[in-house]
Order: sequence, then C-alpha cells, then structure tokens
Amino acid sequence: MRSYPADYELVSPANLSSALNLLHSEPGKWTPIAGGTEIMVLYGAGKLAARNFVSIWGLPELTGITESEDALRIGAGCSYTQLRNHPSVQKHFPLLAQAASWTGSIANQNRGTLAGNIINASPAADSPPALLVYDAELELISAQGTRRVSYTQFHLGYKKTMLVPEELVLAIHLHKRFNAYFSYTRKVGARNAQAISKVCVAALGQLESGRIKDVRIAMGSVAPVPMRLTQTENLIHGQAISDQLMESAKRVLTSETTPIDDIRSTAAYRTRVAGNLLEEFLRAFAQTESAE
Amino acid sequence: MSKESIVGTSVLRKEGAAKVCGKARYIDDLSLPGMIYGATVRSAIPRGRISSIAFSDGIPWHEFIIVTAKDIPGKNRIALIYDDQPCLVEEAVNHPEEPILLLAHPDRHLLPKAVAAVKIEYEELSSVHSIEASENQQTIIWGKDNIFKTYIIDKGDVDAAWAAADFIIEGDYFTEAQEQLYIENNGVIASYNLEEGLTVWGSMQCPYYVHKALLGITTLSEDKVRVIQAETGGAFGGKEEYPSILAAHASLLSMKSGRPVKIVYDRLEDLAATTKRHPSRTRHRTAVTKEGKLLAADIEFTTDGGAYATLSSTVLSRGTIHAGGPYLWPSIRVRAKSVATNTPPYGAFRGFGAPQSLFALERHMDRIAKTLGIAPEELRRRNLLKQGQLTSTGQEIRDPIDLDHLLNRALELSNYHEKKARFERENPTSLRKKGIGLTSFLHGSGFTGSGERYLNSLVGVDVTAEGKVRVLVSSTEFGQGTNTILCQIAAESLGIDYDVVEMAPPDTRIVPNSGPTVASRTAMIVGKLVHSAATGLKQTLLASRLLSENYTTQDFIEAAKQYIAANGTLQSLSRYEAPPNIYWDDEKYRGEAYPAFAWAVYVAEVTVDLTDYSVRVDDFVALQEVGRVLNPTLATGQIEGGVAQAIGYALYEKVVWDRGSMKNNQMTNYIMPTSQDIPPIRVFFEEIPYAYGAYGAKGIGELPMDGPAPAILNAIAHATGEDFNHIPLLPEDICEQLTAIKTLQEEEVLTQ
Amino acid sequence: MSKQLLTLRVNGTSRSVKVHSMARLLDVLRNDLQLTGTKEGCGEGECGSCSVLFNGVLVNSCLVPAMQSADAEIITIEGVSKCTRHASIQQAFLECGGAQCGICTPGMVIATVHLLEKNPNPSRQQIEEGLNGNLCRCTGYMRIFEAVEKAAAAEQIEAGAAR
Repeated sequence: MRSYPADYELVSPANLSSALNLLHSEPGKWTPIAGGTEIMVLYGAGKLAARNFVSIWGLPELTGITESEDALRIGAGCSYTQLRNHPSVQKHFPLLAQAASWTGSIANQNRGTLAGNIINASPAADSPPALLVYDAELELISAQGTRRVSYTQFHLGYKKTMLVPEELVLAIHLHKRFNAYFSYTRKVGARNAQAISKVCVAALGQLESGRIKDVRIAMGSVAPVPMRLTQTENLIHGQAISDQLMESAKRVLTSETTPIDDIRSTAAYRTRVAGNLLEEFLRAFAQTESAE
Repeated sequence: MSKESIVGTSVLRKEGAAKVCGKARYIDDLSLPGMIYGATVRSAIPRGRISSIAFSDGIPWHEFIIVTAKDIPGKNRIALIYDDQPCLVEEAVNHPEEPILLLAHPDRHLLPKAVAAVKIEYEELSSVHSIEASENQQTIIWGKDNIFKTYIIDKGDVDAAWAAADFIIEGDYFTEAQEQLYIENNGVIASYNLEEGLTVWGSMQCPYYVHKALLGITTLSEDKVRVIQAETGGAFGGKEEYPSILAAHASLLSMKSGRPVKIVYDRLEDLAATTKRHPSRTRHRTAVTKEGKLLAADIEFTTDGGAYATLSSTVLSRGTIHAGGPYLWPSIRVRAKSVATNTPPYGAFRGFGAPQSLFALERHMDRIAKTLGIAPEELRRRNLLKQGQLTSTGQEIRDPIDLDHLLNRALELSNYHEKKARFERENPTSLRKKGIGLTSFLHGSGFTGSGERYLNSLVGVDVTAEGKVRVLVSSTEFGQGTNTILCQIAAESLGIDYDVVEMAPPDTRIVPNSGPTVASRTAMIVGKLVHSAATGLKQTLLASRLLSENYTTQDFIEAAKQYIAANGTLQSLSRYEAPPNIYWDDEKYRGEAYPAFAWAVYVAEVTVDLTDYSVRVDDFVALQEVGRVLNPTLATGQIEGGVAQAIGYALYEKVVWDRGSMKNNQMTNYIMPTSQDIPPIRVFFEEIPYAYGAYGAKGIGELPMDGPAPAILNAIAHATGEDFNHIPLLPEDICEQLTAIKTLQEEEVLTQ
Repeated sequence: MSKQLLTLRVNGTSRSVKVHSMARLLDVLRNDLQLTGTKEGCGEGECGSCSVLFNGVLVNSCLVPAMQSADAEIITIEGVSKCTRHASIQQAFLECGGAQCGICTPGMVIATVHLLEKNPNPSRQQIEEGLNGNLCRCTGYMRIFEAVEKAAAAEQIEAGAAR
C-alpha cells in the first residue's frame, strides 16, 4: 500500500444533491468515487494524483434499472452484477449483458459500475462497444441541472470525455430497438477472466433480401477511444456479404483504426485480430435470415 | 485407523484445519511489542555508480532509522555459493532494484513516501541485457568474462558420430524468465537484543540458509542467531535463497534501532526485485539414423544468471545433467554456461534448470521425428533408456523402470492415437485447430552428485515430557505437504496413530539441520531419515522393556513418559548416509548424478484458435513413476499444481523487460492462469519402490514443471503444422509467425 | 487529515474504529480489528486473497474504501469459521486437499460461500466462474473444484435433512 492515507480525504454525502453541490462549490477539487475498482488500484500502487474524493457509492438516486415500453434506464450506480443479471438487459441488450459478464472477476463485477467504466474512459473497456452500437444516451447531472448526450459523441480523445468536472453521470438510457438484429460480441484478452481486453468488439446487423440493411460495429483497444467503425459500416452498408466484401471491409477497418503496442499486446496483433473478428462477425451475420 | 495404513493414505493435512479456518498465521499476521516497519531504497538504473544520496524535505527523517552498507558489522555479502552479492550497495550498482539503503519507522504507511523521497544520483555505465550481449564480452560486468560457471559433459565420441549419421538435425530453443508468484509476498520480522541475540521469523524454505547468511553479516556467534520459519504462503524456490537478503536487511535495522523490525514486500516490489527463473538458450545438433536411433548430441546450454551468481551454478548443473533427457545417447556432449546480465539475479524456481533444458530437448525430439517422418511417440520409443543402460553422465539405471510401458499407458490414457487421427481429419475445415503432443522426461531427486553427503543432514524424533511425539527437522512446510508426510512416516515407523505425531517448530534453536527444503529431497531423503530416527526411538523403548510388542498408541506414550521420567529425555537422531555405489566426479561431470530419478510421460491436448491465435489446453494427462505415493491427495495436488504452473510458463507468463526492469510488475499485467484457464488435469502414478527413499518414495515436487511446456508446444505444432521454439508462447507470437508465412504464401501466389 | 469514526458490523458484531477517511477496508480489518484471516496478496483486486462478504456480496476488500462500509455487514473468514452454517465448505477443502499453502484459502472459502449461497447446485463451469477472481498458485484449482462440489452436495443433504 504505497499511498499515505493521511494525505487523502473521502467524504460521503447522504444524497446526490449534496454531492452535486460539493462538486459545484469547489470545481476540480473533488473526484467522485463509486465502487473504486479503478481508483483504489492506483491508490494502492501510490499512483493516485487526486487527493479529495466524494463517495457516490450507494446513493439512492443512482441505483436501479427502470424500464418503460421502449427504453431501459440504467442508474449510474448499477454494478456489473446487477447489469448482467437483469432479465431486460439480457433480453434487449445481450451485448451489454455479455460484456458485463466478462469484465474483471465476480468480486470486481459486484463493485464496478457501468458509469465508472464510461468516465474512466479506457479505450480497452469492455462495455463501451456495446453502448456504442446500441446508441446509448448518457444523462449527465450537475447542480445546475441535467443534459443528455449521445454516447457516440462522449469520448473526445484519450481519457477525455464531455463530462465537465462538476458533472456526474446520472443514468444510461438504451432504446429497445434491436431485438430483431443479429448480435455478435467477442472479447480477446490474455486469459479467460480478469483480463483487460486486447481487442473487443460488439456488432449488430440486419439483412434484407440478402443485403445489409443496417450494421453497427464498435471496437475497443483499436484507437485512443472506444470507437464505432463508421467507415467500415459505410463500406458494407447495402452490400451482400461475400469473400471480396469481407476482404475490403478488413482493409477499411485497418485504415480507420490505430491500435498501438503497449504492455499487453502489439499493434500488429490487434490489427490482425480485429480483422479476423470482423470476418467472424460477417460470416455469422451472412447466415441469418432477413428481418422479416 | 489401522496402524499399517498411514503411509499411502490421504490423511488430512497436519496444519490444514488452521488453514481452512483462516487461523494460520503468516508473517504479516504477526507482530511483536514495539515493532517498527522497514523498507528498502533501491537502484533505478541497471549499472553505474552512486554519486549522491539526498533526503528530500517533507519527511520527518529524524524519526527514521537509516541503514547503509557502512552499518554492516561483518562482511557485506550474502553468503551463498560465491559470496559475490552485496547485502547493500556500497558504490557500484549492478542491476535495477538493487538494495542501497534501508529505512525503518513506526508508521508503516509513511515508509513508501519516505522511500520515494530519497533522491539518488548515479553515474550510469553501459549495461548488458541479453545472453548474446553478455557473450560478446564488449562490456564486462562480472569477473573477467561475464561467465559465472561452465560445465562440460562428454560421453562417447560425438565428433566421430556425424560421419555415420543419416541425418544431422539442428535447432535453437529459448525460454524466458518466469516469476514464482507465490500468493504471499516475501516478509520477515527481525528482533535483536543484547542478551538473547538475534531472532528472525520469516516466510522461507531454508531456516539454516538464513542462519548461515546472518552469521556473516552480523558477526554474531551461531548460538546468538535464531531463525524461525513462519507459516509460508507458497514458495516454489522463490523463498530458497532470497529470504537471506531480506533477513539481513531486517536484522540490520533491528540492530541499529533496538526494536523488532518487520519488512513485508508488496506485490510491486516482490515482482520487481526478487529472483525469477533463469532464462535459457539451448542449441541442439543431433546425429540420427534414418530409423530414428539417436547417435550423438552436441548441446550448447546457456542461462542468464542476472547480475550476481547466487544459485546460477547449481541451476546450470541440473539443466546440464537433464539436457539429454530419458534417452540413450551413445555419444553426447553438453557445453553449458551461465552468464551475467544487469538484471536482478535469477534464482531457484521449481525444476531448477531442468524445465529449461528439457523444453529444448523435447521440442527437438519432435523436430527430429518430423524430419525423419517418424511419429513422435515412436521416435521416443526407439530411444528410451532401459534398465541397465547408462545416462548421459554414465549413471546406470538400476531400477526396473519400463519406459516403454509408461509411454504406452500415457498414450492409452490420453486416447492419443484416436485423437491424433481425428484432429488431422477435422482440422482442415476448421478455424479452431486441435492438436495433441507428448513428452517423456525424468527428474533427479535430491541434491546432485555428492551434494547430499555435503549437506550431511541430521534428523530427530523425540517425545516430550508431556508425551508429545515430535519430528525434528529443518525441512519446512509451504503447501507441498512436508508436515503431513513426515508425520505419516514417523507414525507408521513408530507404530502409532498419525494424530499424535507433530512437527517440532521449524526453529533453529530446536531442530537440527536436515538440509534445505529444495531439490525434491524432502520425502525421499529427509523422510528416510525420519523413518530411521523413528525406528531407533521405537527400538530404544522396546529394549527398555517399558514397551512390549503389540502396543497401542496409548501404551507407547505411557512408556515414553516413563522412559523420560527415568532418563531425562527420549530422542533419536539419524544422520544421512549415502547409499552404496553413488560415485560422482565433479571435474569430469560423470557418474551417479542423482540418487534416483522419477520418470514421466505427459500428454497435452490443445485447441489453437486462428481467429485470435490463442491456445487453450483442453485436456492434460500426467503419468509418472515416483517410487511410492506417500499421500495420494497431496501427491496429486503437487502434480496438478505443477502442471498449472507450467501451463503458465508455456502460454501466459511473460516478464516484460526494459533494460533489466520488470515493466509489468503487477498481477494485472503478469498473467497467471485463473480457475477458468485450466484444463482437466488427470494424474496417474506408478510405483517402483526406491530402496533408499522413505517407504520407497522418490521426489515429485519439481517433476511436473518439466513436462507440460514442451508437450503443449508439441501439440501446437501438431495443430498448426508450425514449429514454435520459444516460451512463453503468446498469441501475438503465434499470430506473427503464422501471418508471416501467410504473407509469404500470398506473395508467392502473386509472383506466379 | 484527522481520523474519523467508522461503525460497521463485522461477523455479526458492531465495531467502531477511528480511521483515516481513505483507509482501505482490508487495512481496517487486519490492523484496526486484528482480523488477520483476510490477506493482502496484490493490493490491486486481482488475487482475491482479501475477499470478504459485503452485505452478502463478494468483494475485494483491498479495493473498498472503509468508509463505504459504514453500517454494512461484513463477513470475514473468522465469521465463517465461527458459525457452523458453512462448516461443510471448510471440511471439504480439508478433505479434498483444497488448501496447500493456505494463503488463498480464506478468500477461496469466502468466494465459495458466496457462490453456494447464490447457487446451491453449481455446475463445474459455474464453479470455475464463481472462483475466477481467486488466484491459487499451489493447487492448479482441481482439488478446489472438487471441494466446492463436495461442499455443495453436503449442504444439499443438510438442507434436505432440515426440511
């Protein structure tokens, strides 16, 4: 334990409004901490720059998953365990349930939150690709009110997001539009559990008369941010899936992604595997019937 | 329970109840009144000289105890084999993380902050970071030539064999560093006072190694130094020699402060600074007939020892002797050397050189088989040693071992032929290629050559005045079952219940030196001494007539108490005696290298997924002949654990280096298998009792480390048609090699 | 920063300690409450040797800010050992050889308690997943899986007998 506890401060407001007022009153001073599965690792390693923390763990306004006929509202404080076990998440957003199930370990899923994962903004995070293809909306809140942003706009650059210092994520909104879609997801990590992804992918698609009517593909660990592969999507949209199309798609994928060499893996491996995953998706996608 | 059936049954682990209830107390669970905490300031560069040391503001330095090399009363060396490793740097730094000075303070949490506040300036010198760089000797970092040790084995006439060969097959094989990754980090508590002297408790394998090292550092006399092993949370060799350094550090702080001092590493430090498995490079050149008879081998075996010699010579020795494996070599030459680099010194790790040289050999055997067009199992069958034949050091195989039978049984247990054929049929149409591969190998139990004579182990069995029956050994428990099997042996030899026998505390004040807990020697050699000491004690009681034949456990204890009342003590000691016909020539490296060998055939079944180039081991068969299985549950557990650790060695555990610094010194980034990464590991034993081992037992602790890596890579070669000769073999490596081939093929197509 | 009062329930008893506001739950358990059965193997939430139950849920206590456990119910290995409800888990670990060096064992037992409370009859695959955050270097996991299966069977029998 390399940090000196006396140098740090944690306050635990009783409700969201107190937390937001604190963030508003001293902008930039307070770092929110929910489950702590990221912050506490840095803390233990003596690498935590921030000193003042406001605990948002267990705040009632952040918990819960509520459902309406056409949407799901996931409270920012929901743990991965709650997410993966929720019947509506499993039914309507299987890519997200799947991503939650292979994040970390059982113990880390019990404490890690989807919102925490989002604002930590690691390009290797498991859930963002699913959120990207599901067109998630984030509801952000501060002392001044709420705003909604499309998740596809949320990441501005490596570990930089639209969130301003006094804001918190309040909820993640998902629209139930994808039940008729073919869905595919895969994570490539160093081992079967407790692995940070080397490449991960979430994809949705619909065929009509043998051609691609709609397709959404997102990947992690191939760019400084979790990304939608819009160029690849554009290339294959409206096309029939063939070996040639897959080869072209892989080339476009390679050109629009910028994976790196890092402590876990290499750019060459990530590039090659990303292409293989795309191909695996498209081959399976090609087997599906049209939406009717 | 019948007294006859203690050895060979799965009696419960002696200290097991405490462990499953969380009551077992490891070093960081212990504390002493007035205890303070210690920490180590370490070098940031691989090689150079210290030019200045400054203590930054913001830390109450006056509250700290600070120890440098100048505070060492005795010799600033950690006594081991060469005595080249300083306890603390004086001026010259030879590896990253080399200990420079020590700090102690009552506030444990303040220490890391203080360590970070010590600013050291260096004059950097050029450093050496690979075997090749060390060999070319442009920069000499150790001795005259960077070479810690060399050995040569030379049997028959290798040079003459090339002419007679139908084929000459070459291959180079590489193994990288591996971290022991015991789940409990290194830790000690040292307490010095003038009257009692120095007492050290610690997580360790060898209390007497620590004891010896402390004598040199402190100049205290033998009776003024006491070392006690604490419950130890895993070791695997990583706590064989390393604890001597840590004990010296804590002792120096305690001597200077007058307080007990605890030093416990965190994972970041333990990974970065402590010993790992020696990396290796092996070059094979083999002469064979077209029928697959091995004629000669010329093997060059080189290990990277890191910055100081530590145990490099003995690791090299074992690797050298095992380099020829379980085969008959009419001629064989092994030229071995261990070289220095500016890395934290490498050290003991389960297998101790054999996993490295056997990896190379067993991969090379498959290469030979492929070249000749002979099935891998068939090639082995034609060359496996038989009783009466000689090993590469000229040791006659005296045991009636039938390796042909062992091979057949392993093939049957793994359904080898059926699977091999099926995979070959199904692979062409699948992106998930399946493969099956095997290895045959051996592992020498006990110290090499005259080592056991040199250790001169002493073991005792006694009964206390209260009627407690105790085994007195310095052999330690760290999960492998020492406590249990030695008590089983004692109980059976004494003819009493297992439950009343216990281990005397592993305390150098109480137990004699039964040698280090290493080299797979505890069951075989120390166990045998426990048996003879116990037998001696029983005979003493019987001879005294306080006990008559057909006694119960209660009778025994009663008689013992009466004996003690009359005579004061009841103790029996037994000293090691070498079995007959053990001759070892240290100069020529010839003769009986080990008292006994355990033999094995392992089979691995894998799937290589060409989408992400990952390898999954789907099934693993581990068949071995071990003399005698003293406790089936414990023995099976040893094999399973060793196989899992070796799967890590083969496929997962890569140390990422940057000029001698481990960059991935966190469990997040140093990858060991989780519960979801392990195949079914199916363990089978055969027993040919070894006359000089306890109840026939030979060693098994290290054996399972030798087989899995080559078996897995042989299976991967079967699955993909591609040879990989370097471990750890990561998906990135497989991807690189397979896609390079594919690119080459695509280029060929384009140019046609 | 000065220390603050933290009140939490540990193994069924209310405890109050003065701790730094960013103290780790692991350190509070081991140092302030002298419950040393919970271990620190990595400090980064990877090895699971610091596992405890936090309001019935498995967590790595090295990653939990102690102040977040205010008024929470914490169960450590000492608590499991005190009550007989899961004695069959510990007995199974003992009989099957599920503990070798024992350092991962408290965490493994806690993870097993958590698994069996949620899923009294887990498949081998579910057991593998349930323990995926608890690293063991000694056993290769095989004996641990057997121990969990044996414990699950024993608890089923007990549950059946209790009806």
